Amino acid sequence: MFTVIFYVFAVITLGASAIVVFSRNIVHSAFALLFAFFGVAGLYVLLMADFLAITQLMIYVGGILVLLIFGVMLTQRQIDVDIRTGTFQVFPALVIVSALAGTLVGMFWVTNWKIAQTAPPETTASKIGELLLTNYVLPFEIASVILLVALIGAAMIARREKKA
Amino acid sequence: MMEQVLQWLKTPGLNHFLILSAILFSMGIYAVLTRKNAIMVLMGIELVLNAANINFIAFSRYSTGTLDGQIVAIFVIILAAAEVAIALAIVLNIYQTFNTVNVDEINQLRD
Repeated sequence: MFTVIFYVFAVITLGASAIVVFSRNIVHSAFALLFAFFGVAGLYVLLMADFLAITQLMIYVGGILVLLIFGVMLTQRQIDVDIRTGTFQVFPALVIVSALAGTLVGMFWVTNWKIAQTAPPETTASKIGELLLTNYVLPFEIASVILLVALIGAAMIARREKKA
Repeated sequence: MMEQVLQWLKTPGLNHFLILSAILFSMGIYAVLTRKNAIMVLMGIELVLNAANINFIAFSRYSTGTLDGQIVAIFVIILAAAEVAIALAIVLNIYQTFNTVNVDEINQLRD
């Protein structure tokens, strides 16, 4: 059962990201990214990270993807519907990427990873909350400040008016 | 040899998640390297970040047995949200200034 579900989500993730990467139509890419994020959320569930899976759905699908689609819609010329996007440096990129993928897969294949006997707890949300307010309280606060700065900065940059 | 591979494919474990994330990472890098549209480059970056997150959570599940990897993944998601907000603001500004978002046509810092 685990095996079947793993392969279903793996195929969804990899197939959707292949569409994201290789489709010429940027709107197709944006919507395929939705399925890629869903597949990754499914993989998180398989890895017993229920809180992370919900976070993935809410922030990536609900936030980041919507922002990206806004970006697509706001930066395409509406009149001559120029929605196709070109590619360049395809051949060198293919060489670099296949070398990179080969290296990574070989490394993951050869290395004898440590396998722990203990599994993480079944329900993670309360444990993550505790850790965020004890061991990880400083990164947590810094992350909140970064979000505030990023929001103010984004509003300032996007609203800046051109001086005549 | 063939049977070993089949046997390996039948029992998903840490290595399967790692190799999946390696492929996802490579596709993200490919999008970053080849796409002209700045928003497509951002989508590639999102794929790369997702691949990194899969690794963190897979190691958290199989190698450490603690939740530390999941906490790091939460911070990665937070930073991805901040990054995409800033990046899209910059892209919109570039579009207003140069009337294009193709990264190979934008070669000046002023208009």
